[in-house]
Amino acid sequence: MIRINCPFCGERDHSEFTYGGDGSVDYPPLDAPAEEWHDAVFLRENPRGVQLETWQHVSGCRSWLLLERDTVTHAIHSVRAAHPGIAAALEKERRR
Amino acid sequence: MSARQPGGGRIDRSQTIAFRWNGKELTGHPGDTLASALLANDVQLVGRSFKYHRPRGVMSAGVEESGALVTVGEGARRDPNVKATTQELYPGLVASSQNATPGVRFDIGALANLFSRFLPAGFYYKTFMGPRIAHKKGGGTAMWMRYEKIIRKAAGMGEASRQPDPDQYEHGHDFCDVLVVGAGPAGLSAAAVAARAGLDVLLVEQAPELGGDLLSEPVTHAQAESQLAGLIAEARSAGARVMTRTTAFGLYDGGVAGLLERVTDHLANPARHQPRQRFWTVRAKRIIIAAGALERHLAFGNNDRPGVMTATAGRTYLNHYGVLPGARVVVATNNDSAYQAAVDLAGAGAEVVLLDARHAVDDELHRFARNAGVALRMDSAPLKALGGWRVRALQLAVADGERWTRGGVEPCDSLLVSGGWSPTIHLHSHRGVAPVWNDELACFLAGQSQSGEPIVMAGAAAGIWTTAECVASGRAAAGIAIAATNGATETAPVPPPAAGGWRNPIRPLYEIRAPGVKLKSLVDPQNDVTADDVRLAQREGFTSVEHLKRYTTLGMATDGGKMGNVIGLALMAEALGGTIPQVGATVFRPPYTPVSLGALRGRSVDAHFRPLRRTPLHEWNLKHGATMTMAGLWHRPWYFARAGEGLEQAYVREAATVRETVGLCDVTSLGKIAVQGPDAAEFLDRIYTNRFAKLAVGKARYGIMLRDDGLVLDDGTTWRLSATDYFMTTTTAHAAKVMVWLEELLHTRWPALRVHLTSVSEQWAGCALAGPKSRETLSACLKAPEAVSDEALPFMGVLETALNVGGGVECRIARISFSGEMAYEVYVPSDHAPAMMDALWAAAEPRGGCLYGLEALGALRIEKGHVTGAELDGRVTLDDAGLGKMAPPDKPFIGNALRKRPELLREDRPRLVGIAPKNRGDTFNAGAILCAARRVSGHGEGWITAVTHSPALGHWIGLGFIAGGHAAWRDKPAVAADPVRKGAATVEVEITSPHFFDPGGERMRG
Repeated sequence: MIRINCPFCGERDHSEFTYGGDGSVDYPPLDAPAEEWHDAVFLRENPRGVQLETWQHVSGCRSWLLLERDTVTHAIHSVRAAHPGIAAALEKERRR
Repeated sequence: MSARQPGGGRIDRSQTIAFRWNGKELTGHPGDTLASALLANDVQLVGRSFKYHRPRGVMSAGVEESGALVTVGEGARRDPNVKATTQELYPGLVASSQNATPGVRFDIGALANLFSRFLPAGFYYKTFMGPRIAHKKGGGTAMWMRYEKIIRKAAGMGEASRQPDPDQYEHGHDFCDVLVVGAGPAGLSAAAVAARAGLDVLLVEQAPELGGDLLSEPVTHAQAESQLAGLIAEARSAGARVMTRTTAFGLYDGGVAGLLERVTDHLANPARHQPRQRFWTVRAKRIIIAAGALERHLAFGNNDRPGVMTATAGRTYLNHYGVLPGARVVVATNNDSAYQAAVDLAGAGAEVVLLDARHAVDDELHRFARNAGVALRMDSAPLKALGGWRVRALQLAVADGERWTRGGVEPCDSLLVSGGWSPTIHLHSHRGVAPVWNDELACFLAGQSQSGEPIVMAGAAAGIWTTAECVASGRAAAGIAIAATNGATETAPVPPPAAGGWRNPIRPLYEIRAPGVKLKSLVDPQNDVTADDVRLAQREGFTSVEHLKRYTTLGMATDGGKMGNVIGLALMAEALGGTIPQVGATVFRPPYTPVSLGALRGRSVDAHFRPLRRTPLHEWNLKHGATMTMAGLWHRPWYFARAGEGLEQAYVREAATVRETVGLCDVTSLGKIAVQGPDAAEFLDRIYTNRFAKLAVGKARYGIMLRDDGLVLDDGTTWRLSATDYFMTTTTAHAAKVMVWLEELLHTRWPALRVHLTSVSEQWAGCALAGPKSRETLSACLKAPEAVSDEALPFMGVLETALNVGGGVECRIARISFSGEMAYEVYVPSDHAPAMMDALWAAAEPRGGCLYGLEALGALRIEKGHVTGAELDGRVTLDDAGLGKMAPPDKPFIGNALRKRPELLREDRPRLVGIAPKNRGDTFNAGAILCAARRVSGHGEGWITAVTHSPALGHWIGLGFIAGGHAAWRDKPAVAADPVRKGAATVEVEITSPHFFDPGGERMRG
């Protein structure tokens, strides 16, 4: 029953979003060896506590977002645009 | 007998309303519940119990009811297991008993009661599971499956209507600062104080009226009446929003409460616009639970006999509904609360005997009872209710230290019981907070939340028993909520009163039994769980609460164990020689009271659940004779039958016409994505297995995308319109998934790529033209007819031009083929779709052309061995689909690394093959399995994904997958088997290449 504060649209019900996956994964280059890809695609930490996740505001602005969510309490500690350029531009806008 | 009093109560005596009970017309008054109206008519026997078919009557006056479960309504609106105690009476209400064949008095199922000592807890499982027989598959459960049907019929509750639900339901969302659950003295005061402080307060009450326990005070009690009116006026004038007939049935993460609002369940003729119920999702910053407390029963012999109810219920029927439950009443208690009930009933003219299990109470309480004419007997308790269909007398038990011995017999027609009180902590428990046993009050109280739930308990729900302290407790709870919402307040929150409030301590008492007396004592009456069942569970080792619950079904009925759970735990503790906290408490889960499936689904039904998508050519297709079919959410033409044709004749003709002249097909449902930007070429190169970077402007290419794990995601063609502008098509089924995937890649992995994606599926409508005469047909419709000559537009060429329609309609054309014929896809802006089709059809029809639908499309692509979603089902690699050449060895792309996992490279993986019947007259089905001849078992060696009658070959063909593919089965006999649908019959098949027709592809290049 979480609510997500989309940096573009404001606070919205979770039903407008879809969960992506682990936001902390660094995907290797396309020509990286299979072992690296195996680790990136299949190995997950599944932490108890705060986890970085990707979500998409699929029924809204369609932005992909990075969330810090507590897997125990569902408390959301931060939301930002997953695209670093967009996130930086929003941050600059916010500070103005 | 129970009877309506000449005066008193909160019912509207000026109006009489008729209702039907078991086919008989009875009357009541507005303000009655079905239960109070039945009692007013002296209907004691209301139904039969779940397992033993024991006679049952009204046992409470609220949601904890586990006796008077009835079926309300008729036809499509027949609603089983309705609590008569909460069903408001309305004119014309129709209700009936449950579990009784042929009638509630002469019920054949009641024979079960005679044999009940052979039917203890776990009986059915023990008996009908049967032994596991080693050599017989599923021996134990197979036997259960056979007997289950009979048992379910014998042991069961009411029967739901089998017709579709005719009612509307709605979903709503709301927000508030403070949600107050329960509008008794505590809830009303909490709401008033919080609202006066400027907070947005939502007060919800499950009953039709506000007041809670104050509604059970006599209307003649002036002080209580003015307190009730005052509390309600305060809450309302302070601005609290009030919802009645609304149950907060569950609490969830982040202060979310689920509410069920019963909008029309109390109305005879609801307005057409009214939903039956509303399901609310409320987000509250703070929640005050002032849900009161529920009176507990005691376990003694036949404590479920009609005429036995809780003491507070007896008082409520008298004071709220003006119904005296009996003329000769025995009240049995172990605490102070039942004294008021005894006094009120005596005041109404009943002959009242009060049994108190305790040895002594203070003088004032003593005098209170005596002065009202109540015969008070200390050291006394009920041992066994006597009487068949209703209680006629009570066998008493007399205290002998901690034990009980058999006493005398007291005639009575009503027996009111108070075994103590259980605060309604259910909602708090929903948040995973374990309740804590309080020895002094003999009840569970809400535990301390470790994760800081924004919940405050107030009033009787916090174990506070007196009205005055409940009011104080509500105000204190509001203070906490105000402080938490506003930060610092002018005055510090008042400390809440301590739990308790009785003058004399309760005597913890759960069961009364005496040496030499055989008793059937119900712990959970709704599920027919007896005290002996709990002891049996202990003897058989099911001692943890969760095992006890599942073994005996204690607390698993529709009342959720509101009346019986604590007794069950106490008996288990006694059997184990321990205490209740040692046994523990089961966790309450939502819903607090049942929620209808209709309310859960709300408006998400039919097309609102599964929206129907139509192409802009929908009307045009229908006008031209299309029979439609569903493809995902899309409504697409299936076939265009001519006079006398069925599906098979139509699609075979359509497919043959395409190969001979020309056919037109609506392909609008394909996904379409505009991929634009300086790095679009690089982006496409990374997501498709094959090369796109060097695709020339004015060319299209077929591409396949893999997932990260190396399996096929989707396929389609992408057209290069300019250096920075591509038009991508996806399959109909995966359009949304592909869009999300591409967006994810650009946002999260490759932010440096300057690419923009726009879904244009709705903007462009498409038509495929296929067949040897497709070029001349298309050419005839263009402003520049030469633009599609073989030289100007070779195979895989792309063109932006204009149709010769009106002033000219812009269009996009690619010469691509799914059918294997020379073919084109033409797209126009959606608004021009019918005009495009008119023009194309005007050119195609005189050339002997046809319109074709999905079935012919399927036939043509199966002949060519082209894959669709049926083959690309998420388990398939490029090599499995025979498309290995689509991935150049030296090119990196998504999925390239993991598609080379050893498991995915095995030679014996299922590979795409063609399938033809050995005997050309035979047919087979999609979904059949492929097996080696004479070895039909398990999942076989492969499966069939698609079949068609091939007009080109003149017999049935199919596509499918089989271990090792064509090479492994070249000389091996195979059969198609369909054991579930077709039984043992098999069809001998030939495994072939999937390319049945024109494998070189000369026709489409021609």
